[in-house]
Amino acid sequence: MSPNRGRDPPFFQKSDDVMSDWHAITTDLAQQGYVATPDLAMALHLSIALGRPLLLEGAAGVGKTEIAKALAAARATSLIRLQCYEGLDANHAIYEWNYQRQLLSIRAAAEGGETGKAVESRLFSQEFLLKRPLLQAITQDTPPVLLIDEIDRADEEFEAYLLEILSDFQITIPELGTIGATTRPLVILTANGTRDLSDALRRRCMYAYVEYPDRATEIAILAARCPEVTAHLGGQIVGFVQALRKEDLDKKPGVAEMLDFAAALGGLGVNDLTDDPAILQASLATLLKTRRDRANFTTEVAQRLAGMAA
Amino acid sequence: MTRVTKFATADPGPDARVAGFLAHLRLNGLRLGVQETETALRALTQVAASNPSEARRALKAVCTGCAEEVQAFDEMFDAYWMNGGRVASRMAPTSQSKHAHTRTTNQADGLEAAGAGAKHSPDNDGDGAAEADGEGKLLAARAANLMKKDLRELVRPEDIAEAEALAERLGRAIRDRRSRRRRATMKGAEIDFRRLVRKSLATGGEPIVLPRKTRRDRPVRFAALCDVSGSMVAYARPFLAFLCGLMRADPASDAYLFHTRLVRITEALRDPDAMRSLNRLTLLSDGFGGGSKIGGNLAHFARSYAPGFVDGRTVVFILSDGYDSGSADQIGDALAALKRRGCKIVWLNPLKGWKDYAPVAAGMAAALPHLDGFFAANTLGSIAALEDALETL
Repeated sequence: MSPNRGRDPPFFQKSDDVMSDWHAITTDLAQQGYVATPDLAMALHLSIALGRPLLLEGAAGVGKTEIAKALAAARATSLIRLQCYEGLDANHAIYEWNYQRQLLSIRAAAEGGETGKAVESRLFSQEFLLKRPLLQAITQDTPPVLLIDEIDRADEEFEAYLLEILSDFQITIPELGTIGATTRPLVILTANGTRDLSDALRRRCMYAYVEYPDRATEIAILAARCPEVTAHLGGQIVGFVQALRKEDLDKKPGVAEMLDFAAALGGLGVNDLTDDPAILQASLATLLKTRRDRANFTTEVAQRLAGMAA
Repeated sequence: MTRVTKFATADPGPDARVAGFLAHLRLNGLRLGVQETETALRALTQVAASNPSEARRALKAVCTGCAEEVQAFDEMFDAYWMNGGRVASRMAPTSQSKHAHTRTTNQADGLEAAGAGAKHSPDNDGDGAAEADGEGKLLAARAANLMKKDLRELVRPEDIAEAEALAERLGRAIRDRRSRRRRATMKGAEIDFRRLVRKSLATGGEPIVLPRKTRRDRPVRFAALCDVSGSMVAYARPFLAFLCGLMRADPASDAYLFHTRLVRITEALRDPDAMRSLNRLTLLSDGFGGGSKIGGNLAHFARSYAPGFVDGRTVVFILSDGYDSGSADQIGDALAALKRRGCKIVWLNPLKGWKDYAPVAAGMAAALPHLDGFFAANTLGSIAALEDALETL
C-alpha cells in the first residue's frame, strides 16, 4: 500500500493530457481503416502506456491480426510478425547461427593461416547471426510492433520462453553474451483457443476480447475499406452477414469475408441485394467456406435473409 | 452521480479503494496477484480515472484474462463502485463467492451447436422402447444430461452427429502411433548422421547439407463389426452412428454388419450424409433385426476379410451383446483365429453398462479370454470413458 494514506495519492492527478492518447488511438486506427471498439482502444492504450503486451482473443476473422497491421501503419513503424505453430522452437523464433557460412569461413581462415582464437571470435559474431523475429524486434532503432500470432498453437515450452523475453526484453546467446533491447517493441499476442494459455502469460498481458463487430461498427468498417459501396447496399450487406452469423454454420463469416462479399457484389455491379437471387447465391462463395454450409444454405434461405436485411 | 458508491469517511484513499476492488475481484474468482493492483493503479493514471466508463475499461483491460471474465466484469465493477449510493464500510467484501472460475476461453460456437439438440426423456421419443421391454434396470442410466442417456434413445440426427464427434475423438486417441524407425524428411527433429557423412564427401568433408530424419506415424487401423440382430436392434442405429464417426475419422478403416450373415458396409458408411448412409445400410442388410449367429459370422470374417484387412496394427471392434443362437465354442475358435493375425480385439457390450451385469451368456464367456478390452457401451458417457482405456491398448 502506498505510504501517503489519507491524502491525495499521486495516481489520479494527471489525466487531461493522457486522456487524449486514448481517443487519439481510435482516430489513428480509423485513419488506417480500422474501427476499434472503446474496450479495445483502451486496452491498446494501456498496453502502450504501461509497456505491457496485449493479448487479444476472439473468434477467427474478427480482425485480431489486422489490429497489429493498422497499429504499425498508424505509428509509421515496422511490423514484425511471428506466426506460431506446433513445434516452433528458439531457432525459428529468436536466433540461429548461419552454420553454412561459418563452415565456409573456417575453410577460408584455415587457408589464410589465421589462428584459432581470432577465427572463433569472428565466427560467433553478429556477422554470422541470423536474427529471427524476436531478436529482430528488440534490436530495432524505432520500436516496432511485434505481432505474435496464434500463440496458442505454439508449445507450452515456447510460451514459457516467450514470457521470459517479454518480461526482461533481453536475449542471452551463449557464444555472444546477453543482447539487451535497444527499444521495447509493442507486443501484440493473438489467440483463438486451440489450447489454454498459462495464467502467467494472461496475467502479464493486458487483455481484450474481440467480438464480431456490431451493426454500426461493421458498416463503418465497410465504409472505410470499400468506399465505393453505396450506403444502401452497405447496410444490406452488413445486415445479411450479421443475420448469417446467427445461423447454424460450421464456419461463421468474419469481417474479412464480409469485405470480400462486398467487393464481389461491387464487382458484379449489384445495387440491391434482393435484385438477382442467382448472383447472390453465386457470391455466397465468399462467405460460406464449407460444403455443409453451402448445401444447407439454399436460395430460399439466402433470399429470406436478404429480404430481412433489405 | 448518485449511483456511485460512497465510501466511509475513514476511507484511507483511492489506492486503498482500488486494492479493495481487486480483493473483491479475487473473491469472485479472478486470479489476480499483488502486482495487478499496482498495474491497475498505474493504468488509472493513464486515463481519466474520474470518468466511470474510462476507469471501467482500463480496469477491465488489466484485470480480466479470458472471455468469461470479460463478460462477468461489468457486474463485478458495478457491485463495487456503483452500489446505488450506499456507504461501503469495508474495503473488501467478506462473503465468499461460490462459483469457481476457470481461465478458459471456450470457442463455444461449435460446442453450442453440437449440444443444441432438444433433450428428450427416455419415454417420449416415440419408440416406447423403455417401457415396452420392461427392462427396469435401464433407468439406472437415465439422467437429465444427454451424456448419460441410454443409447437406444439416440435416434435423432443431431444425436447421431454428436455420437459421431465422439467417435472421431476416440479415433484420434488411438489412431496415431509413432513408429520406432526413422526416415529422412525435409524437416525433422534429428540430424541424420549417416547421410550427413555421405553428403559431406561431395563438399570435401565439410558437412554443408544437414539431412534430417524423423519418426513416422504408424496409424492404427480399425475394423468394426456391429451386431444388428433382434436383441441388439435398439442399440443398432446409435452404434452405426458411432461406426460412421470411426470410418470418417480414418479413411483406412473398415466396417461390417452382421445378423445371420456378414455384410461389409465400409463404402455405405463413407457417404457424406450420415442419415443417407444409414438408409443405404438398411437396403444393404435385409434380415436386419433377425437372429444372430455371432460365432459363424466371426469365423467367416476371420477367413474371408481378415487376411486382407486385419494385421498387427489393427484394432477389431465387436459391438454385440453376446447372445448367440449358434454354439459358443465357435465364437472362441473364431476369435482365436482372428487373434493369430496379431490384432487387438475390443468388445463393446451394451449390456455391460447395466448394474450387476456378469458375462454369463455362453458366447460372451467363451469370448472373454481372447479379448484385449471388454467395455460397456450403452450410453454416450460410457463410450466417452473408453478414450482413456483404449489409449493404453
